[in-house]
Amino acid sequence: MSLLTVEKLTKSFGGLTAVSNANMHIEKGELIGLIGPNGAGKTTFFNLLTGVYAPTSGSIKLDVNGEKKEISGLKPYHVTKIGLARTFQNIRLFKDLTVLDNIRIAMHQNVDYKLPSALFRSNKYYEEEERLKKEAEELLDIFKLTHKKHEIAKNLPYGEQRHLEIVRAMATKPVLLLLDEPAAGMNPNETVQLTETIAKIRDEFDLTILLIEHDMSLVMKICERIYVLDYGTMIASGKPEEIKNNKRVIEAYLGEDV
Amino acid sequence: MKVLNKRNILTLIIIVAIYALVQVLITTKVISSFYEITIATICINIILAVSLNLVTGFTGQFSLGHAGFMSIGAYAGALVNMSMKSTTGFLIGIILGAIVAAIVGIIIGIPTLRLKGDYLAIATLGMAEIIRVVFLNMEITNGAAGLNGIPRFTNWLWLYVFTVLTLILISNFVKSSQGRACISIREDEIAAESMGINTTRYKVMAFALGAFFAGIAGALYSSYFYFINPTMFGFQKSIDILVIVVFGGLGSMTGSVIAAVLLAVITTLLQSLSSLRMIIYALLLIVIMLFRPQGLLGTKEITDMFKFGKKYERVE
Ligand SMILES: Nc1ncnc2c1ncn2[C@@H]1O[C@H](COP(=O)(O)OP(=O)(O)OP(=O)(O)O)[C@@H](O)[C@H]1O
Ligand SMILES: [Mg+2]
Repeated sequence: MSLLTVEKLTKSFGGLTAVSNANMHIEKGELIGLIGPNGAGKTTFFNLLTGVYAPTSGSIKLDVNGEKKEISGLKPYHVTKIGLARTFQNIRLFKDLTVLDNIRIAMHQNVDYKLPSALFRSNKYYEEEERLKKEAEELLDIFKLTHKKHEIAKNLPYGEQRHLEIVRAMATKPVLLLLDEPAAGMNPNETVQLTETIAKIRDEFDLTILLIEHDMSLVMKICERIYVLDYGTMIASGKPEEIKNNKRVIEAYLGEDV
Repeated sequence: MKVLNKRNILTLIIIVAIYALVQVLITTKVISSFYEITIATICINIILAVSLNLVTGFTGQFSLGHAGFMSIGAYAGALVNMSMKSTTGFLIGIILGAIVAAIVGIIIGIPTLRLKGDYLAIATLGMAEIIRVVFLNMEITNGAAGLNGIPRFTNWLWLYVFTVLTLILISNFVKSSQGRACISIREDEIAAESMGINTTRYKVMAFALGAFFAGIAGALYSSYFYFINPTMFGFQKSIDILVIVVFGGLGSMTGSVIAAVLLAVITTLLQSLSSLRMIIYALLLIVIMLFRPQGLLGTKEITDMFKFGKKYERVE
């Protein structure tokens, strides 16, 4: 049974149809790529999955403990609770807060103390805060960021900010992780490292990952299947070799650097 | 009991020492009754500023209606205390005032906190105006004439107890998961929501907590100054509180405390220059905003100066 099933998903902004009748299914444990030229509707597709936009029509179903749950139209925090987490194409860290706080905020839904405990500092408060800190440090260790936990997020180098966004998304304990151009702005060396880390966290954390990427080498190397969006329409899907040789995909990318 | 750690015990000792010191100065008349008024103003303004800071500085929701919540506490406290002229009545009045203010905060917060920036500011302004008009027209609050002869139970002890309580509780809140959720809304609302934070819920929570403490401040106020009427809690009062918060630094409780003390002292010192007072006061604000737009302390807290805690953390 698919973890994620998207059917006939459509989103119009006034006259512009950014996503049109798009279908997608993802099995548990897969690492899937979503590619397409600039303005194809990839980020909009993510925004629909995560509840930032409500779809014009269509359905998004997520498998929650063997039960298909319709998540389209739910609020973002609700979708996150169900198990989707994301990063943003234009980094959206809590940039004036520390690295540690960025992570602890994302752990919010898994914190087990209520308002009175917070106000009066019950033992539960201290226990939970200790646990949060420990778990946050473990997560930061994925990208070797633990020693920077007290730094202000905006003071990190660009590449590390992108890493921190991934760690922050993982701190919500997702089943499906959505990465929007995680390698954007990185040099080839950094991209290779990132590619390896993404593959590693998928295995280690038993995650399913959907990633948008412009860097074809990254997508072709690690993704098991690839979906291609063009002008809001899914024009192809399949294994990397199939996509590489697909006529419509080549046409869509004509004039672009593949 | 993990609350009884070294740091908290040290804090407690300092808190008691400050209380004793000021009490001795009052008893020995070193602090005259004229300056006692300044002390009362400082404490009440600290509670008001810190609670507004929670809403505007920490959660990022611009509110121009804080005096509205203060007035609810002032009237509720006064009415209870006038019919129950005892310390018990005084305390019941304070708690009731705070709870009613918080409930009104929730009722008003749910629809208005969907608005952002300027729109929210205007909505909160309107809300405070409505509260004022309600007090102006109710029989029990004696309309425009207001309430007179409220028994005075507010003294240094209670001012201090409630100021310290406010500071501790709001500081605890800000350093909890709930408080961090509020701060994340200020930082980036879309990212916060995508990280699983129900932003409406936490905005309302901050708003209600802010209203609760403003209610306490109002009840302390009415029981100190004997007399209240609706005009005392108008737009001007909300602005006064906002000035303290911005002056000290949006997002710094320490800043609010320092600004409340500083502004009260300046006002007292300028008392004799009555006509020049407002001009000097206004100039000072302009200068501060020109040279330090983030306020005196920015988002820093006094505890940031003691790095012991952080070194300690790494050892574990
Ligand atoms: N909120 C919005 N209102 C109006 N139009 C929008 C909105 N969001 C996206 N669009 C439009 O929808 C189309 C798809 O945009 P989207 O950001 O999804 O593309 P993309 O595939 O992520 O592009 P890129 O590779 O540049 O990130 C674009 O034409 C864009 O201008
Ligand atoms: Mg995009």
